[in-house]
Amino acid sequence: MTKYVIRRLLGIIPTLLVIITISFFIVRVAPGGPFDGERALPEVIKKNIEAKYHFDDPLVVQYGRYMFDVLRGDLGPSYRYKDHDVNFYIFQSLPNSMILGVIAISISIIFGISSGMLAAVKQNTWVDYLGMAFAIIGISVPLFVIGPILQYIFAMRLGWFPTSGWITGDNGWITVILPAVTLSASNFGTIARLTRSSMLETLRSDYIRTAKAKGMRSSVILFKHAMKGAMLPIVSYLGPAFAGIITGSVVVEQVFRVPGLGKFFVQSSFNRDYTLIVGVVIVYSVILVFMNFIVDIVYSLLDPRITYK
Amino acid sequence: METNETRKTLLEVKDLRTYFKTDAGVVKAVDGISFKLSQGETLGIVGESGSGKSVTNLSIMRLIQSPPGKIVGGEILFEGDDILKVPESELRSIRGNKISMIFQDPMTSLNPFLKISTQMVETILLHQDMSKKEALKKSIDMLKLVGIPAAEERIHSYPHQFSGGMRQRVMIAMALSCEAKILIADEPTTALDVTIQAQILELIQELAQKLDTAVILITHDLGVVAGLCDTVCVMYAGKIVEKANTDELYARPSHPYTDGLIKSVPRLDKAQNGKLFSIEGQPPNVIDLPPCCPFHPRCSRKMEICTKQYPPVVDLGKGHEVACWLYAENKENSTDE
Repeated sequence: MTKYVIRRLLGIIPTLLVIITISFFIVRVAPGGPFDGERALPEVIKKNIEAKYHFDDPLVVQYGRYMFDVLRGDLGPSYRYKDHDVNFYIFQSLPNSMILGVIAISISIIFGISSGMLAAVKQNTWVDYLGMAFAIIGISVPLFVIGPILQYIFAMRLGWFPTSGWITGDNGWITVILPAVTLSASNFGTIARLTRSSMLETLRSDYIRTAKAKGMRSSVILFKHAMKGAMLPIVSYLGPAFAGIITGSVVVEQVFRVPGLGKFFVQSSFNRDYTLIVGVVIVYSVILVFMNFIVDIVYSLLDPRITYK
Repeated sequence: METNETRKTLLEVKDLRTYFKTDAGVVKAVDGISFKLSQGETLGIVGESGSGKSVTNLSIMRLIQSPPGKIVGGEILFEGDDILKVPESELRSIRGNKISMIFQDPMTSLNPFLKISTQMVETILLHQDMSKKEALKKSIDMLKLVGIPAAEERIHSYPHQFSGGMRQRVMIAMALSCEAKILIADEPTTALDVTIQAQILELIQELAQKLDTAVILITHDLGVVAGLCDTVCVMYAGKIVEKANTDELYARPSHPYTDGLIKSVPRLDKAQNGKLFSIEGQPPNVIDLPPCCPFHPRCSRKMEICTKQYPPVVDLGKGHEVACWLYAENKENSTDE
């Protein structure tokens, strides 16, 4: 197992190098550049800027220089935001997105799994229909609808929460709740549905019948005998979902004014801010690759038939 | 087996009916069957796929998936109490304790996520007043009894580390660990290699004798029945068509279906030339069966009345019962039973 962990961790390095390389070249293939605006810059100024950022070097040289910087942990200067470099923007906003994301995914997991299990146990009753109705709403209603509705009801009408803001502001941690709930909606729905179907399948399996025939209580059957097997699909869904959610959501950040990373995902692409795009992609990839690694480990802990050597 | 009559009746199934509601109609999987099981007796239930053998026994344990299945009528008397009426908590103290079950497919019947030790110990702790340590010791003893080598170490393995035959042995060990009075074996050897089949059946027989457990053996293999069972019920389309003690049944198969079944077993002691005997046609669709003998479309000796009424059960003596118009005395006025 230790050997496997080390090998997997080492395997992450080439994966990331490939991802960096591909994204470096792809963003440059896209038409336009960071210094193209509505109004064309005078030739001389443009030349000067390009010289400053080494755009006049051959692409391969630029790539080599960038790789060298990245390996030293420097994601380079932003081509659009002059005050700080890419590292600054990412490491300033990533923790906010992570806090929001972790809370949101926790809400999704807790409510998703419990309502999925309830729905499976009470299949075809009103509990099942109600839970699955909520799941469908969570999956199908977009964030920019859920967010404002929650703001209207819980912030403006009831006044329980502030409409927007962040934990660093005057209102403190209470500001996290509405954006986190909004962000959790679609994952909640998916997890609830996954749990329900996987639980139903497990509850019909032969080994559950054996447990019943042994005289086990239904609660013991549910948690001791069925839970582990039923959780496998949810675990594999959670890896990528977790990576996706903690790297931020533009919509939720916009609606609730959260200073997160999601904004940079979109803005950097519009701006052709090459270094910021690749920087954000690197952060996302590291988290995704790492989450997949965690999923594999959790899998082997849940299912004794899977062993890694 | 005369002794059976003198021994105490353990289980009595009376007019059991288990129906399944499907989109196509009501499936009468078990439709009014009755039988008795005495202490220490081995009862065979034979029939082809879909004849209701498994549903009968899942009904005894109240393990029918509901919906779509439902036990709509009858009584299952175990030591005088109707299993169909006892509350859930009492039912749990019967399941696995007084009546236990082993299933057809040992590959899927054990929980792949839990160690053998966990699964065995939890059963014993559930029904017996023992410490964990004692339960583990008892589990190891049971595994030794069913012939698992190096039981002390192997008990800590997971099911996937065992072969199919070994897993079925584990199932048997688990089923008998609480000294059940009745062991229901639902096609225990169907999923196993032929060489292993004989071993498993011998093991069941040997342990049942040793622990004085009554056995209900469900099978479609008449050879198995001949070797193991005291009494045999032959099921067809949810009903028992013939019931007799084993020697009697083989000597005098009375229902044309039983007769056909016995003839279709390949035998080494009789010269066979040409094809093996087979019963013509297909088993009936049990959805919305008309009130007639369900076997009549395939029967070589069918009469006019077979297509109109279900035959009454006729006692041919010595507990040999058959449901067939051939033996009914009053063919005209008999009412549908």
